[in-house]
Amino acid sequence: MGIPYAKKLPREPSTQPSQGRFRTLLRNIVRYRVLLLMLTPTALIFLINCYIPMFGIFIAFKNVNYVDGILGSPWAGLDNFRFLFATSDAWRVTVNTIGYNVVFLLTGLVISVGIAIAINEVRAKLTSKFYQTIMIMPNFLSMVVVSYIVYAFLHPEYGFLVKHVLPLFGYEGVNAYMHADAWPYILWLTKMWHSVGIGSVIYLAAITGISEELYEAAVMDGASKWRLITQITIPLLTPVMVILTILNLGGIFRSDFGLFYHVTLDSGALRSTTDVIDTYVYRGLIQLNDLGMSSAANFYQSVVGFFLVIGANMLARRLNRDTALF
Amino acid sequence: MKSAEVVKPYQRVSRPANVLLHLFFILFSLACILPILLIVAISFSNEQALTLSGYKFWPDQIDLSAYRFMLTDSSTLIKAYGVTLTVTIVGSVLAVLLIALYAYPIYRKDFPFKNLFSFYLLVTMLFSGGLVPFYLLYINYLDLRDSLIALILPGLSNAFYIFITRTFFQQTIPEEMIESGKLDGASEWRIFFQLVLPISLPVLATVGLFTTLMYWNDWFNSMLFINDTDKFSLQYVMIQMIRQAEFFKNQLAGTGVGLMVQEAVPTESLRMAMVVLSIGPILFVYPFFQKYFTKGLTVGAIKG
Repeated sequence: MGIPYAKKLPREPSTQPSQGRFRTLLRNIVRYRVLLLMLTPTALIFLINCYIPMFGIFIAFKNVNYVDGILGSPWAGLDNFRFLFATSDAWRVTVNTIGYNVVFLLTGLVISVGIAIAINEVRAKLTSKFYQTIMIMPNFLSMVVVSYIVYAFLHPEYGFLVKHVLPLFGYEGVNAYMHADAWPYILWLTKMWHSVGIGSVIYLAAITGISEELYEAAVMDGASKWRLITQITIPLLTPVMVILTILNLGGIFRSDFGLFYHVTLDSGALRSTTDVIDTYVYRGLIQLNDLGMSSAANFYQSVVGFFLVIGANMLARRLNRDTALF
Repeated sequence: MKSAEVVKPYQRVSRPANVLLHLFFILFSLACILPILLIVAISFSNEQALTLSGYKFWPDQIDLSAYRFMLTDSSTLIKAYGVTLTVTIVGSVLAVLLIALYAYPIYRKDFPFKNLFSFYLLVTMLFSGGLVPFYLLYINYLDLRDSLIALILPGLSNAFYIFITRTFFQQTIPEEMIESGKLDGASEWRIFFQLVLPISLPVLATVGLFTTLMYWNDWFNSMLFINDTDKFSLQYVMIQMIRQAEFFKNQLAGTGVGLMVQEAVPTESLRMAMVVLSIGPILFVYPFFQKYFTKGLTVGAIKG
């Protein structure tokens, strides 16, 4: 399978003197020096981008001041966390993060699979390809572009919805960027528009992998189209759906930052329903320069996120060894 | 496509169902594409007409002044295009090369450190230090503020693409081929560049397209690391513009200057023209590469 699960390195017999192991290691390094050289640059980049920041999460326990520098600053114990969890912010961003992600995940799944099943029934190959080409188009736009598209509909004065559609229902001059209540729906719609097409193409690939003989045999027995879908396609698709969903559940502590930051135009009036951990950390770090708060939230996200990934993977592994990440 | 496709019995759909099916997909396709066309329509609209009757899917008056304005006062745009193109080209070429160079050793069965270096990647997929330490490292220790390196380096550590590439090697390049190359006296580098890379073009194209798209669409690293206006990427200029137009209006509303600014610069259509120019290359190119994109996605999703 694609991702290796790390096998334990074979242990040398304990009777062997450690000098011998060391010599083997040296010999291997010399013998495979070219291969080692090949992966060194990337390994160093991973060190910079991933490993050093991993250890850096401990600045959450520091009271950083710029005179002493980051490493030299005094330890603060749990102070940063006490401040973070004393505010209502921590609760709000946690609920928002998990709430949005779970809803996106489940509704996205149902819609993607539904569309995948439907497009599988389009017989004309060329037409089907054409629909797919259009469907995945939104996914190629950056969230900044998406924010412009939403803005084109919701611009307080000129927006298409605001100017031409909402007045038909008696709402004049609505400034959506001031109405926090509307944003769960707006963000959901935006997210679905952006991601459902590509999701269904993935599931379509899984459907086309189902053996034709199954369907032929069922038709022989007089099964209707509906029964083919409910009794063959969906059951055979279920393992893929379950595994993908579980693995994605591991990521529900991280959000699509662009969606929550750009599409809302970072409007302060919308924070109650649109603030998630990622935007909270970003704002603390860049805009408010509150390193204590943002590093505490950052630590919280990293650690809880790690346990979610591990938990999700253990679940996936119990269901199907091959599909788990490790 | 051949017109005489054989329709097997289980594939048959009744005529009304078929009509409904196509109707659904036509509507769905429209829902996907119309919002993009709204942006295009606004960019071709007359500024006065926009302020009077709002954004429309079909402009009252077609007007190219936004595009004309960008041609005459194009320094920002050209600089931004330059930054985005540089970062995208350098970044993607480096990314593909580095991915292949890492995937190859961990594909080799005889490489004794294979598991160690696979595990080294896997850990980065499970645990992330998050934004704060990453940011502080780049700014305070590597001193990368306002450096294009800060826009390229973060995209060069994608464990997922390395695993996809390694899986491809495992499925298409038999170990014996490498062995015979060695017996013929070829060096490791030669085997990699002249045997492995040419066979791997499909996966390299897939990964290359994904990274190209990632760099082209990236705005996050600019938000973190770039202050110098000369180094604004296209995406970042767009972020600035959606905020600044509001800023202009609020600051200058009522004063004569406000009117003048509005008069002279087709703000609304100009912004949208900018968006059109930023998505143009992608929308133009991607249908040709759709095959690779879907292949890459399925490898990642089903086999991962």
